[in-house]
Amino acid sequence: MSKGKKLGREVAIVGSGMSKFGVFPEMTTRDLFVEAYKDMTHSVDKGFDPEDIEATYISNFSSDIFEGQCHTAPIMADWVGQIPKPATRIENACASGGITLRQGLIAIASGVCDVVLVGGTEKMTNLPTENVTDALAAAGDTLYEVNCGLTFPGLYATMATAHMHKYGTKPESLMRVGIKNHENGALNPKGQFNVSIAALMKSKQEKALNKGTPVPEWEDELAFMKDNAANPVIAWPLRLFDCSPVSDGAGCILLAAGEIARNFTDNPIYIIGTGQGSDHALPERKDLTSLTAVKVAAKQAYEMADVTPDEIDIAEVHDCFTIAEILAIEDLGFFPAGKGPKAIDEGLTRRDGSKPVNASGGLKSKGHPIGASGIGQVVEIWNQLRGEAGPRQVQNVRVGLTHNVGTTGGSGVVHIYERRN
Amino acid sequence: MSKESFTSAEFYKYLKNEKFMGTCCNECQEVYLPPRPICIKCSSFDMSWTELSGKGKLVSFTSITVGPSFMSEAGFDRKNPYCVGIVALKEGPQVSGQILGVNSKEPETIKIGIPLSLKIMEHGQGNNKKTWLGFNKEE
Ligand SMILES: [Zn+2]
Repeated sequence: MSKGKKLGREVAIVGSGMSKFGVFPEMTTRDLFVEAYKDMTHSVDKGFDPEDIEATYISNFSSDIFEGQCHTAPIMADWVGQIPKPATRIENACASGGITLRQGLIAIASGVCDVVLVGGTEKMTNLPTENVTDALAAAGDTLYEVNCGLTFPGLYATMATAHMHKYGTKPESLMRVGIKNHENGALNPKGQFNVSIAALMKSKQEKALNKGTPVPEWEDELAFMKDNAANPVIAWPLRLFDCSPVSDGAGCILLAAGEIARNFTDNPIYIIGTGQGSDHALPERKDLTSLTAVKVAAKQAYEMADVTPDEIDIAEVHDCFTIAEILAIEDLGFFPAGKGPKAIDEGLTRRDGSKPVNASGGLKSKGHPIGASGIGQVVEIWNQLRGEAGPRQVQNVRVGLTHNVGTTGGSGVVHIYERRN
Repeated sequence: MSKESFTSAEFYKYLKNEKFMGTCCNECQEVYLPPRPICIKCSSFDMSWTELSGKGKLVSFTSITVGPSFMSEAGFDRKNPYCVGIVALKEGPQVSGQILGVNSKEPETIKIGIPLSLKIMEHGQGNNKKTWLGFNKEE
């Protein structure tokens, strides 16, 4: 018998889709969301009537800053024909997606709704990089945390330095996270970068050859990652390829009460655990090598689902920076504290490893359109658990997990999913 | 009960007068920076301002080559990175601040645990003047 809190009733995902993630100068937040919504409608095996949707929840970090557009939820709902039903926006920085899913889940589990639309959308690339840096820093505590010049990569860099100091973690382990995620992402046509590091090295060499400039030589992918010209430092020890990109994109999920889920599909994916936690700003935390908000969220989700970390077959974790994936696999209990880097080095989190993590390419390769990122994770788990992930399909997966983090762990949210067919 | 206000405006007013202030819980004596108006240890509202020594040690750090706009304006860039760190103050609280007197161009040489002391940082004029915390490496 499970020790945790229980949902009031079962909730299942019956449809799921996403726009392509990337850089789309002529697409707005709503255009991206419409693309994701259309993709979702095609995924509902038995089809559905948009009339059946009773409420819309929209994850969006800051179209306010990025586009000068506030109050985005009714607009998104309107553009997909959901007026006059309730539409609500949720903002918890990079954890907005996971937390929006949780709100949709709660709306159904509570009995208030039977069918809910959950979306996430973000348009980031219209602003110059420097302004994006400022906007992202605004997700930190602007009065006391980031006003000394700490950037978003800088905050994660201090966690990396702390992990290196406490456990002897090497930058090579961080680099291997990036190499793995790009390898997976090369197989994801919806991702921002469809290219492995090895292929990228080759294309850089060919470019130099064609231009007649000196052709760079690297012994292997790690050598490329250590090359300051190819992979410059952003916030030491984090380099360019330790950081997820600035992206545009959207995702969309259709949730239904368990008792009606099979009206939409014979293969619904049940959400069997949810958890959420919060934390102080980073400087105030006594341990910088672990995220309390994630540990709290994971404990709730595992207890509700009555599942142990060992029973998770596949996970999408929040790799906004490579160090974040290492913290994630430790905080989620996949590996003991301090042993994440060893697991990475041994390839245990690769698609063919014992604990596949970020088969989609993660935020690093797939892209990180902030409000859409947490929804994109759910889309991948839906595809993987249903055996529809194409060339990047992981074999024999039944129980999946998503892990979504707001800034440095101010918010953490974890969901656990199950295929029952 | 104190009638003082424990706002960031007050904190920065003190800082302008070179006073580095935190708050202290009058019930359990816990010291806070950022200056909290409510004690999150014992839930008391009975707080007072307390002056901090500005002494502490480095808990973690990074050297930033791509900074926010105000740091670029202050002259920092790829060729001239700046070090930012988390500092554990002698009185207990941990804060972030710019770390001075270390070699930001060779972050491998910067050691966690080094002793630090406060240096109040300012940049810009008038309404654009920005004040933040810096810490000097103590010899
Ligand atoms: Zn107290």
